Amino acid sequence: MMTTLVRTLLACATLLITVILGVSIGETAIEPSVVFQALANKLWAAGHVLDPIDEGIVWNYRLPRALVAAACGAGLATCGVILQSLLRNPLADPYLLGISAGASTGAVLVALLGVGAGMVSLSAGAFLGAVTAFALVMVLARASGPPSGTGQIILAGIAGSQLFNALTAFLITKSASSEQARGIMFWLLGNLSGVRWPAVWLTVPVAVAGLAVCLWHRRALDAFTFGVDSAAALGVPVRQVQCVLIGCAALVTAVMVSIVGSIGFVGLVIPHAARLLLGTGHARLLPASALGGAVFLIAADVLSRTLIKGQVIPVGVITALVGAPVFAMILIGRRNAR
Amino acid sequence: MSAPSVLNCCDLNFRVRDVELLSDICLEVHQGETLGIVGPNGSGKSTLLKLLAGLRTPTAGEVRLAGRRLDELSRRSIAQHLAVVEQQADTDDSIKVFDAVALGRIPWLSALSPWSDADDAMVRQALHDVDATHLQARRWCNLSGGERQRVHIARALAQRPRILLLDEPTNHLDIQHQLSILQVVQALPVTTLIALHDLNQALTCDRLAVLERGRLVALGKPLEVLTPQRLRDTFGVQGHYLTDPFDGARILRLRSDTKGPGRIVQTDGRNILKEPAC
Repeated sequence: MMTTLVRTLLACATLLITVILGVSIGETAIEPSVVFQALANKLWAAGHVLDPIDEGIVWNYRLPRALVAAACGAGLATCGVILQSLLRNPLADPYLLGISAGASTGAVLVALLGVGAGMVSLSAGAFLGAVTAFALVMVLARASGPPSGTGQIILAGIAGSQLFNALTAFLITKSASSEQARGIMFWLLGNLSGVRWPAVWLTVPVAVAGLAVCLWHRRALDAFTFGVDSAAALGVPVRQVQCVLIGCAALVTAVMVSIVGSIGFVGLVIPHAARLLLGTGHARLLPASALGGAVFLIAADVLSRTLIKGQVIPVGVITALVGAPVFAMILIGRRNAR
Repeated sequence: MSAPSVLNCCDLNFRVRDVELLSDICLEVHQGETLGIVGPNGSGKSTLLKLLAGLRTPTAGEVRLAGRRLDELSRRSIAQHLAVVEQQADTDDSIKVFDAVALGRIPWLSALSPWSDADDAMVRQALHDVDATHLQARRWCNLSGGERQRVHIARALAQRPRILLLDEPTNHLDIQHQLSILQVVQALPVTTLIALHDLNQALTCDRLAVLERGRLVALGKPLEVLTPQRLRDTFGVQGHYLTDPFDGARILRLRSDTKGPGRIVQTDGRNILKEPAC
């Protein structure tokens, strides 16, 4: 048996290697050794002599981009795990439940109406949008059927997504100049192009904190395996755990959406893959999903930059192109496992 | 009864919208006893168990666990005293049987007392008690209804409760496991509340509570409670007692109230017995 320490080290090494690869692969290929030297120069002034352009690409563009991709992937995958576990629904995901759409509306509202300025207020707008959307979806699901009905929440989520996407489109059409509109539409599809170091300082702590909060509640999440009553009977303060963890999911989603737009399928595909590989215990499922999400989104970002020469595809398009078929395969695999 | 009361409720009422599901239930559960809850479909057996476990909040009245009001206790300390086996608890997760039973240890685990060999041993013991050791590596989705039920009971046993609430635990079980589970449960050194459909199984309880349309209509020793009059009034069946020549135990023979003998009779819509024509 591998100890937890060995597993943690392996996970960190995997993440590090992926980040280095994510930084070195691109239109201008940069040797991993150059990446290391550039990092050494910046972190402890190692004094390697490097091409300043290469150094600038590594430090100012690709590294923050890879780190934000990792944080977003990890955060969204963590959100997927907790939503699926709490709502007892294999299809739950911030994107499908309308949380991302609500966050987009909130962020666009702030961006266009200019309520406050800067990153944090954009995230705050996204958070309010996310919470509003989720509350609306839950009310609709509750009103339309029994609380245990798994289909209801997804249908309500579709209604919520449509509503908030329409609101976003309305806001853009009404208030944005054509220049703004194109920028916002591109951002909405999921876009890592503009991210710099300030985005890293926001997304990485949020992803790490979100994962930590969820790991703290890992046994409570396990207890939801047989439903809400069963969790309560196992000593879980259900209402409190639901509020904390769903609030956490809304916050993480909102921050990620406010930085990179809505990226779908990470929260859906990665947790399922992790469950198939590692089983259902959240002590392993949560970190594994976070790692998987981070690696997946860095890889998707690399693909989005290199697939078409001279052009960047929105990363949300890549995740959907990869994610939808993988999810279909997982669905079929689950059926066969029965 | 001299044994102290470990769980009691007083003037318990529960209504959902305008439907009164339970009204004015007063019940004292004594330490170490097996208290059966019987009644026709929809009489409130499951609801009463949910209220006693604190899974629903009563509209009026209160439940006390070891003398303390349930709503003053944390969920965790309730779960350390009291385990529940629900009637229908299912999952889509392909969880392993061992892990499903290990969930029962959750109320006892914390950052300061993580999973230990002792927890492992308790899970194995619980699996052994319900004759499910051979299932432990199987996945939930590959189990039959009866096997799932045994795993649920094992999970409740792994919780090491002082009080065990079981909602029709023998529902999906074959006859061998029905009898063995009841035997296991009654041999445990715990107080047990058990909702039952089979009245002959109910006769093996220490006391019986009879529910009828949300009211507690009788409470006492099985033979004193399940009188022919009670069977007719509450369950709508004719019943009389026979004596088993094997061990002298009393057995209930039931027949439909409206139709004559020699027909198929139902005790409650579930246990269908073929009666010979006499």
